[in-house]
Amino acid sequence: MKQKLRRSMLFVPGSNTGMVCNAFIYKPDTVMFDLEDSVALSEKDSARMMVFHALQHFTYKDIETAVRVNPLNSPFGLLDLEAAIRAGVDIIRLPKTDTVDDVLEMEQEISAIENRIGKGKKTMLLAAIESALGVVNAVDIARCSKRLMGIALGAEDFVRDLRTQRTKEGHELMAARNQILLAARAAKIGAFDSVFSDVKDKEGFMHEVDLIKGLGFDGKSLINPNQIPWLHSAFAPSQKNINWAIEVIEAAKDAKARGLGVISLDGKMVDAPVILRAEWIIDLAKASGVLGEDQ
Amino acid sequence: MKDLEKKFNTKELTSVNAPFFACKEKIKGEDRRAKLCESIEEAIKRSGLKDGMTISFHHSFRGGDLLINNVMNIIAKMGFKNLTLASSSLASVHDPIIDHIKSGVVTEIYTSGLRSKLGEAISKGLMEKPVQIHSHGGRVHLLQTGELKIDVAFLGVPVCDAFGNANGYSGRSKCGSLGYAMIDAQYADYVVVLTESLEEYPNVPASLHQDQVDAVVLVDEVGDPSKIGAGETRMTTNPKELLLASHTAKLIEHSGFFKEGFSIQTGTGGASLATTVFLSEKMEEKGIHASFGLGGITGTMVYMLKRGLIKTLLDVQSFDEFAAKSLGENKNHIEISANEYANPSSKGAATRQLDIVVLSALEVDVDFNVNVITGSKGLLRGASGGHSDTAADAKLSIIVAPLTRGRIPTITKRVNTIVTPGSSVDVVVTDQGIAVNPKNVELKERLKKAGLQIVEMQELYDRAIALCGVPAEIKYKDKVVAVIRYRDGSVIDVVRQLA
Amino acid sequence: MSQKLETAHAGTLESSDAFVRVIPIDEKGIVIELESSVEEIYGDAIRSLILEAATAMKVDGVKLIVQDKGALDYVIKARVQTAILRALGEPEPDWSVLL
Repeated sequence: MKQKLRRSMLFVPGSNTGMVCNAFIYKPDTVMFDLEDSVALSEKDSARMMVFHALQHFTYKDIETAVRVNPLNSPFGLLDLEAAIRAGVDIIRLPKTDTVDDVLEMEQEISAIENRIGKGKKTMLLAAIESALGVVNAVDIARCSKRLMGIALGAEDFVRDLRTQRTKEGHELMAARNQILLAARAAKIGAFDSVFSDVKDKEGFMHEVDLIKGLGFDGKSLINPNQIPWLHSAFAPSQKNINWAIEVIEAAKDAKARGLGVISLDGKMVDAPVILRAEWIIDLAKASGVLGEDQ
Repeated sequence: MKDLEKKFNTKELTSVNAPFFACKEKIKGEDRRAKLCESIEEAIKRSGLKDGMTISFHHSFRGGDLLINNVMNIIAKMGFKNLTLASSSLASVHDPIIDHIKSGVVTEIYTSGLRSKLGEAISKGLMEKPVQIHSHGGRVHLLQTGELKIDVAFLGVPVCDAFGNANGYSGRSKCGSLGYAMIDAQYADYVVVLTESLEEYPNVPASLHQDQVDAVVLVDEVGDPSKIGAGETRMTTNPKELLLASHTAKLIEHSGFFKEGFSIQTGTGGASLATTVFLSEKMEEKGIHASFGLGGITGTMVYMLKRGLIKTLLDVQSFDEFAAKSLGENKNHIEISANEYANPSSKGAATRQLDIVVLSALEVDVDFNVNVITGSKGLLRGASGGHSDTAADAKLSIIVAPLTRGRIPTITKRVNTIVTPGSSVDVVVTDQGIAVNPKNVELKERLKKAGLQIVEMQELYDRAIALCGVPAEIKYKDKVVAVIRYRDGSVIDVVRQLA
Repeated sequence: MSQKLETAHAGTLESSDAFVRVIPIDEKGIVIELESSVEEIYGDAIRSLILEAATAMKVDGVKLIVQDKGALDYVIKARVQTAILRALGEPEPDWSVLL
């Protein structure tokens, strides 16, 4: 089964017309429309309406979409959910997730709406961990719902909760990053890192990307389209890996053509997980623009 | 000796009244500053300018030009009428020409570009005779065929000596290359040089030469240095421009033309400059050097010259102060005339040696025709410039433009005005896909293999329309307000008056 | 339909957006005043769109003043719908008529 690439999640304030209309152009793996923190109180309704329309527009038909809704205990949360689900959003991103109950409550509301409107599609959930409590509960949170496709770190709020500051090296985030990653992997869902706010600092950005990629994160939230190609190039497989992957796939094809049950490469056995990994690398290479479509 | 004497009647030749003696007198008394005029009026009087004649200017000062309006005001005051104005191009600062048209001073115009209120007024029928829009190379061709005949040229420069030797890379209002002025100096009957600064003789090496110049006038200012530079010279951070640039640089890299000794021309504007920067990174990576850069030279190109990535710059127009300064400092930064640049009937136009050109567009249609002169509302607001010249001659002509600009589609069914025919366009790069001219079968395959998003032009059009909607037709009257002349002088399209 | 309509507005004058003002009027019907940066090529199409969107929301006796800065159709629609909802005092939107 093909796994969805989620390297880049472009953060788009729902009140910013220019960004809403153009985000798809930059081809992030996921577009995340925000109705929460980046939208002023007086514009919650207008942003919701704009995103409701954008989600249904043909420009967002072929790209994965997410909406960060306002908290359920605010006047806006339920209306946001209704609008987003009706419009066919793929993922609902929870604002601050501290406990399992936060997730279950959201899941309940989503199910109710889906049933009421007769929506066949099951909207996915993305939990945002932004506090010490959330990190501590990450393992339980990651496992608690079939709809949950991943957990993301919200670094700014988290660091504030820890009562410290962000640094370039990021050691204050070490525990959170590792915990979130472990929890995600144990539950077999995605792990996503936080935004890098200085859009002019490419070097700093790449440094952070290297770090989180090395840790094992699937992707990262981005606040500026310029960061997308930087991120994707860092996530692109090396030529060495690509060559290996091609060899594996060729060997598998060869074995199939000859009717052989067992595939071997360089004297080593190649089984299903290895082939899957090889196919994953090829897909990634194509998505990174390193390989052409028909290779 | 006796035979010679008889033959040439030397007695007459040695008499005091012989022509030879008169010459000796002349040489002693000649005033070395005879060309200097006290004022622009005086220069005009000396020039013998009459009603119905053709006057010319150059546009190397672009938006910082202060000369044309100044001279035109004086010409108008002096009561001249029915003049043909042949400036190599016109900028938005030249809106005051509207008044001279209204008062009958100017009744015909030859130019490469029309903008702002002047363009709008002409679009709405201000002039009786249609404006002739030509390319940079095409202008020289018109001069050579004799269709365009310049009676008096008024050429603004930052520095000049009393004998007429001038250049554009020194002094206060540096404009860099005088590539267009050089042509006027050669072809005009009477050449007036207006200079901001009078240098000692000889002001050499010269771009405009003493043996071309009739009169020299010292003026307060010919240009505003702060406005001469054409817009942005720093690397853009605009995501759309960077995306376009990234696609274009990748396209060039895989086009088959990206090899040691290649040549390139890029324009101004965020995407073009960024393309140049991205390309220079690839050149460093792969150890590839360009034999020359042509244009339209910007500071970015100069930077590449200094880094040894480009061997030579051939400069017909310096777009910013870095380029202007570099022209005077770098021995590999060479000034060329518009004839050496792009004239199709020239013995040697650099465009014929050009591998790659990156161009912009206001509109491109499904047949790859390009419009750079009229906007979506049908108004004259652009310039033919070197577009059709370079597109025709370069081995690889690339058009780079966003699929839509706000709600205005760039890709149309049929462009409002054809400036560059589709047959000379090889690839169109947009932010939502790249279309390759069907005749380039090999190029298309190559680019597809490289992982670029290659689509049919029809798909680009459909997408633009899906986004913006089908635009209503612009309504025109019958009257022709501008004739678009292709580089060989033929008429490729006309612009009609807005209804 | 007797609905209490107040004056309201939505959107901005930024490029690619539209600023919509809703004003109750005494006469019946929907009056539209459009000022658009793309009047020549899309003016009529945009007027139709605004009328359609407002009609679908069953409002009457209203003037819509729209300043369009080259917004796409769905943006204009979203702004018109938001402005009308605000004018109606923010009732629960009837989502079925909104697209």
